[in-house]
Amino acid sequence: MYVYDEFDEKFVRERVRQFRGQVEKRIDGSLTEDEFKPLRLMNGLYLQLHAYMLRVAIPYGTLDSRQMRQLALIADKWDKGYGHFTTRQNIQYNWPKLKDVPDILDALADVSMHAIQTSGNCIRNVTADHFAGAAADEIEDPRPTAELLRQWSTDHPEFQFLPRKFKIAISGAPNDRAVTKAHDIGVRMVSNDAGEPGYEIIVGGGLGRTPMVGKVIREFLPKAELLPYLEAILQVYNLRGRRDNKYKARIKILVHEAGLEEIKSAVEVAYERIKPEFQRPSDELVARIAQFFEPPQFNNVQTTAFEQEIDKNPALRSFVETNVAEHRNPAYGIVTISLKPVGGTPGDATSEQMRVVADLAEQYGHDELRISHEQNIVLPHVRKADIPAIYQALKEVGLATANIGLISDIIACPGMDYCALATARSIPIAQEISTRFSELKLEHEIGEMKIKISGCINACGHHHVGHIGILGLDKAGVENYQITLGGDATETMALGERAGPGFAADELIPALERLINAYLEIREGSEETFLQSYRRLGSNPFVAALYPEAERNAA
Amino acid sequence: MARAFTPKMLTANDLFDGDVIYMTASGEWSRHLSDVAIFEEEAAANAALSEANQQHDRLIGPYLVDARYSADGTPEATHFREEFRSRGPSNYPHGKQTEA
Ligand code: SF4
Repeated sequence: MYVYDEFDEKFVRERVRQFRGQVEKRIDGSLTEDEFKPLRLMNGLYLQLHAYMLRVAIPYGTLDSRQMRQLALIADKWDKGYGHFTTRQNIQYNWPKLKDVPDILDALADVSMHAIQTSGNCIRNVTADHFAGAAADEIEDPRPTAELLRQWSTDHPEFQFLPRKFKIAISGAPNDRAVTKAHDIGVRMVSNDAGEPGYEIIVGGGLGRTPMVGKVIREFLPKAELLPYLEAILQVYNLRGRRDNKYKARIKILVHEAGLEEIKSAVEVAYERIKPEFQRPSDELVARIAQFFEPPQFNNVQTTAFEQEIDKNPALRSFVETNVAEHRNPAYGIVTISLKPVGGTPGDATSEQMRVVADLAEQYGHDELRISHEQNIVLPHVRKADIPAIYQALKEVGLATANIGLISDIIACPGMDYCALATARSIPIAQEISTRFSELKLEHEIGEMKIKISGCINACGHHHVGHIGILGLDKAGVENYQITLGGDATETMALGERAGPGFAADELIPALERLINAYLEIREGSEETFLQSYRRLGSNPFVAALYPEAERNAA
Repeated sequence: MARAFTPKMLTANDLFDGDVIYMTASGEWSRHLSDVAIFEEEAAANAALSEANQQHDRLIGPYLVDARYSADGTPEATHFREEFRSRGPSNYPHGKQTEA
């Protein structure tokens, strides 16, 4: 866990102090909304449909029990007793009052947290693999790099007014759990032929209005070269990115329009120029950061009690099979706590749940927690022997849903229940899908399935990279849902293909049922996932299941 | 060709808590859609909007949007977005729908 140094602390406190003054001026009428809006956005404060919304950064999705308890306290004291975890590894509060926001920000600063750079045309909160530091397949923990990037990008004078927002994601494992190919820059840890660690740099990915899969701009970058090289990319983008049209302002458009080769050489030129005088982080700083991410003192005593417990308790077995991933230490497991109860709102946690999770992290989890972009909470380091007790405690607060990676583990953005930009709701759709498929008791039979729902073309719900993607639109004054098929958010990233005309809300669930039934019929055994079937067979049988009418008419 | 004017209401968000507010016939702001004034005349609607644009110290983002009277004579929104704004989110009993 990175702990603020004096500089970070001072900077954050100073920003809160400034914002407190700005809020006072807004309330007494001496600042107009036009003047105040950019200031509040710089501090993560949005206006949504029914209220303000405060977006709090959880850098690279890592937090400890003290921070989680503070998030719970904020939810109780200044909001409605819950928070919403997002696909950007942030937490959003949906009901803060304007006058309370400076107090909330101070409460965050008390635990080294803030809401800076969660909005605006700057480098946003850096996101990372939520299994960082724990996963069995990991080359190296990406978080020291993520923290370095956080320090480099925070308040970077040159990059406060980019053509558009800028998102960086980092992964330390060959299995990409951080969606690096859908970010402005994706950083993947790799090693070269000599076995030296370095980075693969991906550029120009992104979802939204014009979805693009990121392209590799540098196959191998030595570790020490990361900051000057990214600085070069940002410089090229800052100068050449389009400012005339906000829909064309992301780096993905620049890469697309100019071509990868041209951008690559422009970056190399900038890099050669920057390199000599670039102030690289000192060895002391790098060492200081690294020390915060030292692996915990693992307790390697294996026990057979765990296996025995599992044999006795089928519900626990099911939980372990779906929600526990392989840890690099065989005596340990990674527990994903699902924030997708049947019929619930994806990503929401009550203050009570946050406290229980914090207690579990403290008691059993080396005091570490992660928030995943899939809107779940992770206990990254848990002794297998402790999993039965953890399961029991989770069950008591409704957090033991055994559905990670299954059809009800849905990503859904807030949609038109909260978001001012939405064209339709997403939450009720997620609720209906999870309720329906749980009634059908088909969830485990269906196996791995990623449904992702966005309430508008901005794609915060990552619908383009869902195995099934759902996009809510306004079709002549009625909510309408467009389905895409075959998307993939991992290292084999693919954008889903639009299946056909959209569905009205009440037609959507029956259509999905037809789709799933078709898959169950045509798959080659239960081992073949939906995505594999789709790749093997192409879209035709799936589209036919969605649109039986068209099929009949054509016959 | 200019589009024909359709009846409009004037709505905004409250500065202090962001709640949805509606302009009433007497020019006051109310939290309830049922109190809203519906403008049948474009000029009157625009005049109310420019007036609201001056009220920095109590509201944010005023705008005119289509509205109509329902069969029983109460004002209602024509678009679903405004209907949601007049109630609150659908996943929890929060917002206006729970406040009397
Ligand atoms: S995808 Fe659209 S509706 Fe959903 S949160 Fe993003 S901007 Fe809002």
